[in-house]
Amino acid sequence: MTLGAHLFLALLEGTVGALVLALTALGLSLVFGVMRIVNVAHGEFFMLGAIVTWYVAATTGSFLLALVAAPLAVATVAVLADRLVLRPIGYEPEGTIVATIGILYILQQLVLMTYGPYARPVAAPVYFRVDFPWFGYSGYKLVVAGVAAVLLLATWVALSWTRLGLYLRATQQDREMAQAFAVPVERVYTIAFGVGAGLAAVAAALIVPVQQAHYLMGLDALLLSFVVVILGGLGSLRGTVVAAFVVGLSDGLISVLFSPTLAKIAATLLVGLVLAVRGRGLFGEEVA
Amino acid sequence: MTRLLETRAVSKRFGGLEAVSAVDFRVDRGEVRALIGPNGAGKTTLVGLISGRLDPTAGQVFFRERDVTRLRAWDRVGLGIVYTFQVTSIYRRLSVRDNVALAVQRRRLRRLLDWIALDRDGLARDVEAALARVGLGDLGGQPAGALAYGHQRVLEVAMALALEPELLILDEPTQGLAAGEIDALCRLVRDVAGTATVLLIEHNLGVVLELASRVTVMDQGRIIAEGTPREIEAHPEVQRVYLGR
Amino acid sequence: MSADRPGLTLALHLGLLAVLGGLQLVLPAFHLAMLARIMVLASYAVGYNLLLGYAGLMSLGHAMFFAAGMYGTGLTIQHLGLGVAASLLAGLVSALMVAAVVGAITLRTAGPAFLIVTMMLAQAFYLATLYFNDVTGGDQGFILSGLGLELGGRRWALADPGVKYNAALIVFGASLLLSLWLARSPVGRVLVAMRENEERTRLLGYNTLRLKLFAVVVSGLLAGLAGSAYTLLFSYVGSTFAGVLYSIYPLLWTLLGGAGTTLGPLVGTLVMTYVVDVASGITTGYLIVVGAALVVMTLWAPAGIVGGIRARWARWLP
Repeated sequence: MTLGAHLFLALLEGTVGALVLALTALGLSLVFGVMRIVNVAHGEFFMLGAIVTWYVAATTGSFLLALVAAPLAVATVAVLADRLVLRPIGYEPEGTIVATIGILYILQQLVLMTYGPYARPVAAPVYFRVDFPWFGYSGYKLVVAGVAAVLLLATWVALSWTRLGLYLRATQQDREMAQAFAVPVERVYTIAFGVGAGLAAVAAALIVPVQQAHYLMGLDALLLSFVVVILGGLGSLRGTVVAAFVVGLSDGLISVLFSPTLAKIAATLLVGLVLAVRGRGLFGEEVA
Repeated sequence: MTRLLETRAVSKRFGGLEAVSAVDFRVDRGEVRALIGPNGAGKTTLVGLISGRLDPTAGQVFFRERDVTRLRAWDRVGLGIVYTFQVTSIYRRLSVRDNVALAVQRRRLRRLLDWIALDRDGLARDVEAALARVGLGDLGGQPAGALAYGHQRVLEVAMALALEPELLILDEPTQGLAAGEIDALCRLVRDVAGTATVLLIEHNLGVVLELASRVTVMDQGRIIAEGTPREIEAHPEVQRVYLGR
Repeated sequence: MSADRPGLTLALHLGLLAVLGGLQLVLPAFHLAMLARIMVLASYAVGYNLLLGYAGLMSLGHAMFFAAGMYGTGLTIQHLGLGVAASLLAGLVSALMVAAVVGAITLRTAGPAFLIVTMMLAQAFYLATLYFNDVTGGDQGFILSGLGLELGGRRWALADPGVKYNAALIVFGASLLLSLWLARSPVGRVLVAMRENEERTRLLGYNTLRLKLFAVVVSGLLAGLAGSAYTLLFSYVGSTFAGVLYSIYPLLWTLLGGAGTTLGPLVGTLVMTYVVDVASGITTGYLIVVGAALVVMTLWAPAGIVGGIRARWARWLP
């Protein structure tokens, strides 16, 4: 294959990855933006989405059912976590971080104990091959990209045009003001947490036929989501999508041209440095 | 040298708003200068530029005829510019004694070795003296957050005094104080004025008239008048801006 | 500070070290080996506590300091044939360099930003150890053998249980006493002040940037010492110790024991290491106890064990 063909392949891979990543990271961004907390367990919601998808698909044979069940199930788990742990501590920043790390391990190890340490494949609902002049490409991956794009659009519509979306944006902008206008902030928080988890779960459900479901897949999802949210800015839908493309495409490029490990090293180093320079004020801290 | 502090065309812009506009402000040694003006006039911003809390968008700040514009806040404290906050800022979870100790300690930490081993007894003596000076001697062991608001403000002044300031900047010190506490504070300021130059942001015109040797009036980021308290009281521009006449 | 009881405090700490030393005469070999490991890991936690409990900065990247010490020591032994003392020094220097770089990068960050930056940097470090696995041995790592120290005319083999235990005790003792001294020194007080109210501290004339750098570097150095000691005493070097779990462990141990107390790190490491050990015999998902402990503590015991004791009965405890 020529360099041009390699680049085109990288572009395709990168686009698919970027759209899925955008969906995942959007969940984290929403939680950061609305609740002002860092949810270290976000990657585990992604992983749970993949596991639930495998389970439903394996027991019912219907991928479509799994695609619906996964986000609902994971959102439920998230809401439970919010009610039982986060709300009682009042969403205090440091406590939330520690508690979500704890939730990370609880979820991860529960999956290990029930699902086991093995990676299991999930059959794609559709299988067809798109033949480009230089190589054949998985048709399902293109479907994933399409569905992810539609879901992102739907989220944008929901945020902009529905009352819930209004509540979410209002709470994010100014919590006190929103409360003064009778927005049920506590409930909004719970919903934001659930929606955030659900978005990650549906992204995982889409990508699991490509990747396989494994109990440790959450960490990578978490790190990449952090990278995207930090680069794209808190709670900004547009920023998240743009950053996801930057990260997804460059990850695709470096992975195809060099190595996936190197791509990850580059991404993590990059965001570490960006945040170090831009960090002040990004999380709503008082800038003296 | 009588000119202690000078700003030259200093400005501070926050996004679209110019909070301080090309201000030339001068304070002489030994003065008690009051800085007054309506809310949003830029007083706290100007004082922030002087103390180093804020970096100017333009212009310079001189202290003792030395350009301190680029100097960080902590280094300015070392030169003798000490600021007390508009909203009292102390260590609420530490005891009153520990609060003052942090200030007293700063003066004693001169060499690297001091950071490792400090004269604890000398420190303790200075702390008690600092507390006694402001009348907080009995409250030393209490957590600072448990103090009445008036006492918290006095604690902050005690910490400022412990730093041995040359220019003591008090940002609305009487706000939230009862009448008796205000009198006590005025006495304290008069006592301090013997050894330090005082710059006072105040809304309480009674206090201004009593304490200040000169008054500077700000409005919308600029100085609109300067003079003795009597002169300012009668100034037509000040009357219009401040009292709405 | 104001509720000081310096004599009692020092006696307590020295007494603890004496007790730990004396346990060699009573405990069976298995527990002595556990305790040796715990003491080295507790030194790691002491370093972490300095940053979290005193300076108030929560890092999720301390594994890179620990691993810097580990690799600095392990690689110089394996590839350069250095002796124990020289390789220990190499480990410390490595940790110092990494800590200085990280400290410089994170100088202006705090709170969640600091957390994520340290996590990212540590992850990059971890991935690098995997990427260069022909040098580092990657995930599998490598084993060192025949480590010994020439001292006082005798050769002390580090694999010998008695030598191992006492070496671990010395490392822990040094870390503990250093942390005690620091906690009660002017530096320690200013770090606490910085944690409590950073702007106030700046406006009292303290260079908070330099202080923060100091805290990160000393914390990283202690973590690196622990990493170095771990390699020397347990003869193993591997990427696992650079992974995120080894950044979360010191957080867990410090919180469980009590952040901001000198004895907390040991208590937390002791309890948690035994709990994990027992749990690993029961289920493959034994790390769930890590998760459960973190959640339980956040909800009901944020001050930790020693922190709780201090608040209720012994305010003089540092």
